[in-house]
Amino acid sequence: MADWLATNAYLHLLRAQARSQAAYRASFAMDVLGSVLGLAVDLLAVLVLFRVTPAFGGFTLPEVLLMFTLSATAFALADLAVGNIERLRRYVRTGLLDAVLIRPLRVLPQLLAVDFALRRVGRAAYAVILYGAVLGYAGITWTPGRAALAVVAPLAGAVLFGAIFVATATVAFWWIDSGELANTLTYGGQNVTSYPVTVYSGWFRRLFAYGLGFGFVAYYPALYLLGRPDPLGLPAATGWASPAVSAAAVGVAAVIWRIGVRHYRSTGS
Amino acid sequence: MGLRMEGSGVGFITASAARPGEPHLIRHIPTFLSISRSGFHRHATYRQATVAAAATNSMFGFIRSYLLLAVAGAAGVAAGYDAAQLLTYVWIGQGLLGVVAVWGWTDLADRIRTGEVVTDLLRPVHPVTSYLAADLGRAGHALLTRFVIPVALGALVFDLSVPARPLTYPLFTASVLLAVVASFGCRYLVNAAGFWLLDIRGVQILWSLVGGVLSGLYFPLRFLPEWFAVALWVATPFPSILQTPLDVIVERDPAATQVGLVGLQAVWVVALLGLCRLVQRRAERRLVIQGG
Repeated sequence: MADWLATNAYLHLLRAQARSQAAYRASFAMDVLGSVLGLAVDLLAVLVLFRVTPAFGGFTLPEVLLMFTLSATAFALADLAVGNIERLRRYVRTGLLDAVLIRPLRVLPQLLAVDFALRRVGRAAYAVILYGAVLGYAGITWTPGRAALAVVAPLAGAVLFGAIFVATATVAFWWIDSGELANTLTYGGQNVTSYPVTVYSGWFRRLFAYGLGFGFVAYYPALYLLGRPDPLGLPAATGWASPAVSAAAVGVAAVIWRIGVRHYRSTGS
Repeated sequence: MGLRMEGSGVGFITASAARPGEPHLIRHIPTFLSISRSGFHRHATYRQATVAAAATNSMFGFIRSYLLLAVAGAAGVAAGYDAAQLLTYVWIGQGLLGVVAVWGWTDLADRIRTGEVVTDLLRPVHPVTSYLAADLGRAGHALLTRFVIPVALGALVFDLSVPARPLTYPLFTASVLLAVVASFGCRYLVNAAGFWLLDIRGVQILWSLVGGVLSGLYFPLRFLPEWFAVALWVATPFPSILQTPLDVIVERDPAATQVGLVGLQAVWVVALLGLCRLVQRRAERRLVIQGG
């Protein structure tokens, strides 16, 4: 019963938020258009790079586009669901988090519902459409396994990005004016996943592609879908690693979040 | 001061302050410098934000380095840049990004929305001049922090190119200064749209996308077809914001072309500042501040 009441409260918050944002129609349309254009510009950058080179890290344009759109879809879904957690620092700085903490609801779902950014639907929808188009154009020989992974991979990737969003936002509990520090791993991570792991090298590849798991979001699933062996030597089944990697990331993010909330001291203003 | 009171003085006033003309320019230099100093000090207090921005720009420096190295591939050359030039392009670019500050300046737009802009109009310094002075102070602080950190990191990790011609150094210095002013001019115009529009978010989104791509941040504009790159350079101010200083420092072109590009930058700076003043005059003529 209590759970049902809580869910109901979240739904109310979400609906209120969606209504208030849609009320300013011109601004809302602008924001949606902006987020769609942002993705279009990123895509344009990939096309321009391929104007200069026929192969990129050993991969052709359709292959890189598959990784790029897979990563973009995962990120846009995560951004839609939990991206607004980056506003946490505003709550900490202004002391508004005190009000959130004393309500009889859980902190994280409350923050996500209160700041739900409906405008991000535009980017997510556009990313899904692009991903679908590239799936058709990349010349994939479909098997049931590949079809399943084509659906699972962006969802698992979204979970990983969501975990990164939550984990990095907690920096605000220690470092109030942390500004864009979280961007290094959220937007930076999204950029890392958009391209083949083969282009990175040394410690950068080890840390970001394997250590933080970004290589498993798009690169390995894309190899599996394309039926290409990994030039770096991992088995084809690595394509299916992303759900496990994401689950581990959620566990770590949950621990970091809990430590952060316990560490929180009101600014007292 | 030419404050024109209308009605009985309680309703509203239209502000169109008469300012000292150009002949007094010399007298304004101390004022200009002190506004710049305060701009510098203001940003010196945002220490965490500075470190965070430098960290983010460094992260993207790594990503862009690897991407451009992959584009250069085994041949090691792409669009006339060798690998060391591409890496220098990336890291100096990530440093300059914080200096020219293409993104995130809404000071003027915020003051227009709240009406606080009226105090700017009452000051004896032209708003374009005083905002420019403050922005140069901000850029000076960014040069010592946001520029130095990524460039030092990039130089530590990668083999960057070092300019071979002595002329490149003064040209680069001039080009960076012009780039800051060009970026300021564009941002001022974007913000000044607030005099006409209630919500400038659309203009701002468009600027942040177009300004980012066409200034050469995502990829060197030489990656585009040549006629298109030339058209961008001549017909838009965007390449003057990043691409020109970067092409100067990596010595992409012979000395004469370098000088020509910086000259083109100077032309754009003059045009942009002129346009800012024109827009400001038009805006003041129609601006009505609600009195309370």
